[in-house]
Order: sequence, then structure tokens, then C-alpha cells
Amino acid sequence: MSTTPPVLELRNIDKSFGPIDVLHSISLKVQAGEVLCLLGDNGAGKSTLIKTLAGVHQPTSGQILMDGEETRFTGPRDASARGIATVHQFGGTFPLMSIGRSFFVGVEPTKGWGPFKRFDRKRANEIAVKAVQDFGITRIDDGDRLVGGLSGGERQSLAIARAVHFGARVLILDEPTAALGVKQAAHVLRIVNEAKRRGLAVVFITHQVMHAMAVGDHFAVLIRGAIAADFRKGERSREEITDLMAGGETMAGLEALSH
Amino acid sequence: MSRFLRRPEAGAILSLLAVLALFTLGGADLGNLLGAASWVNFAANLGIVAIPVGLLMIAGEMDISIGAMIPAGSMAVAVISGHYGLSIWLGMAGALGIGVALGLVNGILTVRTSVPSLIITLGTLVAMQGLILTGAKVLTGTASVELQSPDWARQVFGQLIGGSHQVIILWWIGLAAVFWFLLHQSRFGNWIYAMGGDKVSARNAGIPVQGLTIGLFVLSATSASFVGMCQAILFNSAQVSGGMGYIFNAIVAVVVGGVLLTGGFGSVLGIVFGTLTFAVVAQGIYFTQIDRNWSNLINGAMLLVAVAMNEAFRKRAMAPLRRK
Repeated sequence: MSTTPPVLELRNIDKSFGPIDVLHSISLKVQAGEVLCLLGDNGAGKSTLIKTLAGVHQPTSGQILMDGEETRFTGPRDASARGIATVHQFGGTFPLMSIGRSFFVGVEPTKGWGPFKRFDRKRANEIAVKAVQDFGITRIDDGDRLVGGLSGGERQSLAIARAVHFGARVLILDEPTAALGVKQAAHVLRIVNEAKRRGLAVVFITHQVMHAMAVGDHFAVLIRGAIAADFRKGERSREEITDLMAGGETMAGLEALSH
Repeated sequence: MSRFLRRPEAGAILSLLAVLALFTLGGADLGNLLGAASWVNFAANLGIVAIPVGLLMIAGEMDISIGAMIPAGSMAVAVISGHYGLSIWLGMAGALGIGVALGLVNGILTVRTSVPSLIITLGTLVAMQGLILTGAKVLTGTASVELQSPDWARQVFGQLIGGSHQVIILWWIGLAAVFWFLLHQSRFGNWIYAMGGDKVSARNAGIPVQGLTIGLFVLSATSASFVGMCQAILFNSAQVSGGMGYIFNAIVAVVVGGVLLTGGFGSVLGIVFGTLTFAVVAQGIYFTQIDRNWSNLINGAMLLVAVAMNEAFRKRAMAPLRRK
């Protein structure tokens, strides 16, 4: 549908750890301004796939392409320097740090000179608060508050706003709504839509079909390390998707029994 | 008020006020107590060690080898400048150098192995004690070494201001200001908090976790050997023993000061107030009608209350995280 190459594409990715094959011939692509939903039950290989996308694991074979060109990530820092940001289930990992401080971990704005260079708390707080508010989370107005004092949805939003602020082009969201109530989850889904509107390529990992349907443009169902189904928005109904995921589960159960 | 209570030093300030109130009820004259030198001297010696130990704890590490580094610093300066009569400069370089060396050993072992730093520094604590004992016996033949320092060194490191207050109090204030700047104003401080929060994420954010860990161990060991050096200059002699009490005292001061044992939270001001509180309990009890044998009980109870308060704080800060 589009002539621009996908921001991130996987071609026939296999990943094995020693004798154990975890991913089989995975091919996926995600365009800018598009949400790719990865659906799969626990143990389907979702987290291995995420870690491969984020540069933590190197694929055993297959190609990773960014903007149509083949590439390799040497590590998580390499991947994040190239615009791939991963936001984990609980959002930020520093619950005891203030919003402003955690927002700028490793890239603190400073003022002053030489040995008297100081962390610019005021500016850090201002930028962090503005970045989250731009995503519609107006309840956050004090950058000195601790991240741990925010609700789960707000923490997710903060982490996403942070990734966008630092120039992420691909946003990998690992089960962002799994631990949240209905209202908080709706909150995060709105943020996902906002990130998409801003032209980010979003990879949204979930096992909640409802949440996937709400934001997804493109869906892939992962069963035992392989793509079991790959379709676009509107091509399958909610029941069909649920059946697909449940079918995989049943098959996995049957196979386990036959051993 | 609720803003104040969320600060790491809140507990320590409240504890200090509570202890002062208790001692006033116990018959102490507050003016006498506050004017006395004994507890301020005690606090200054402890405080210089407690701050870098607290920084390590905020970064998620622990250093108990400081217990051996205090006599190591004393003996180094006394053996070099006292027993061998070499320049005090060499003695001071020796005392601080041994701190840097042990800090490097602690730090490098911590970042290169997966052994908890509590165990590593327990090992270096015991090893260093053995080294001091053997060294003193082989080099000087005694366990106590005399030291006559030049006047200027006495003025700077071992003077009694007004005949009662050790000059190390000024060093404590100065070093506390430097550590305050480091932790709360410079970007290194942010890195220390991040390390204590989550080492892997901190590393992924580009923070030189290993170098900073080693640097913090060097700071704590060197601060301890500095305190030992000042004591040798003040008392004109050094003993192989002593210093073990500092391990527990420093940990109590740091925890009462609001630093979380699990890392990631705390402040220099809190550690300073934790140290003051500990010192008032340990030394101020002589100004009351209360039997001084109670002081350890008070310190122990205070530690438990502080740990419980810190834990409650951590739970509150993490509350939304646990909502499923």
C-alpha cells in the first residue's frame, strides 16, 4: 500500500538457544504511523522476539532491515541509539526517582561550568512534565514527584513520552495493559494512538484481543515460535482472533499430552 | 508538611528531635548538651565514613571493610612518619594510598564477580586486619606506634579547637558539602540513584556503572583511612585494633538517615542527621539521669523503627506497581 520501505522488517528470522529452537522463520514488518499487534500466549516466543527486535539477542539466521536496508544490532544500546525503544510492562524502572530525574537518566541537562556543572533540575522537570502533558496526561504537573507514586497507566505514558522525546522511531510496548484496570488501559491505548498519529512505528505485544483490536492496524498471532496468522485490520473478527489464539493453546496442550 | 515527610531526611530529623525531647525529660540540660564537644567529635569521625558508605548503599552496594581501614590509615601514617621518621607527607600519602588501593580491590572484585559486596568487603575487612597486625609486628614489633607530627599537620588534621572540639568537625562539614554537591547537584548523583534503582537499566541508559561503582568504593575506603590518619595525628599514636565499631555505627547512622537498604533512595542531609542522632544517643546519654547502658537499646530500637519506616515509605512509593 505504501512505497516507503517499512521502518523495521524481519525476514525469516530463526532464533535458537543451543539445541532449543525458539523462533521459526519469523517475517514481520511495521510501517511508520502504524501499529503492529503481536498476539500470543505465554511461552509463544513473544519475549524472545522482542529481545531480538531490541538488540538483546542476535538472530541465529535471517535478516533485520531498517528503512529497507539490512542491519544488525550489536546490543540494546545500539538498537536504542538507532531509535528502537522498548517500554516494559511496568513502565520506568526507577520507581524511587523523581519524574524529572528518571526522565533524563544518562542524558541529564546541566548548567554551570567545569567541576561545578549542575544537574538542571528545573529544566529537566519542565521538559519531562511538558512531554507527558503533550500526550494528554495533564494530571502530572510536578516533576519532583516520585515515579512510584504514579498510577500504572501514568507510568506507561511517562515511559512512552520519554521514548518519543528522545527520538524513538520504533516503539516496542511489552504488554503495556496487562497489569492495568479497564480505565487505566484505555488511557494507555489513547497514548498508543497518539504515538501512532505522530508517525511512530509501534509494535504492541499483548494477549488481550480487545486491546489489540482497539489500536492495531496489522496483526500477527504467534504460536510456539512461529507466525500462525498475519492479517490486517478488519480482515478477521474478534471471535476469529480469539479462536486462533485459543486454538494454538489447545494444540499446544494436545501435543504436550501426547509426549 | 506532607512534602517534608516524603523527603529522605524527614525520619532522621524527627528522630533527632524525639531523642532530644527524651533526654530533656531524662534530666539533661539542653544547653549543656548542645554545647558539649564529646558527641560532636564522635559524630564528625563517624560522619566522614558514613556519607560515602551511604552513597554506596544508595547505589545498591555495601562496604564493611571500613572497619579495618580506620586502623589501617592510622598505622600507615604512624609507621611511615613515626617509626621510620619519614616526612609526614609520605605518611599521609601512605594512609590515603592504602585507602585508594583497598577501594580499588573492593570495587573491581564487586564489578567482576557476582558475589554481593557485603561478602567481598567482609573478606577484605578480615584480610586487612591480618595485614595490619602482621605488618605492625614485622615492621615495628609492637601493636601501638608513636607519632610526632609537625605543628602544621596538627593544626590541619588533629587540632582541638577551643581545647575541646576536634578540627575533623570542619573536615566533616566540608566533605559533607562536597558529597552533597556530588549526590544532589551533579549528574553523577542521578547516576548513583539510577544504579541503585536498577543496574541493568542504568547500564542500558549509558551510565558507566562499573567505573562509578569502583569510584564509590575508593571514596569510602579512602574516607575511612583519612579518619584513621586524623586520629593518629590527634592522639600522637596508632593502634592496630579499633574501628570495628564504625561498621555498625555507620550502617545505623545511614539507615536512620533514611537510606533504603535496597538502594535507590536517600540523601546526604539525611545521613548527616542520622549521624547526629546516633551520636547524641551514644554520647549525650551521659548528660541525663538515664543509665548509659540504655544507649545501645535506644540506638537498636531506633534502627528498627527507621528500617520499618523506610520500608513503609518504599511500599507507598511502589503501591501502583503492585496493583494487578
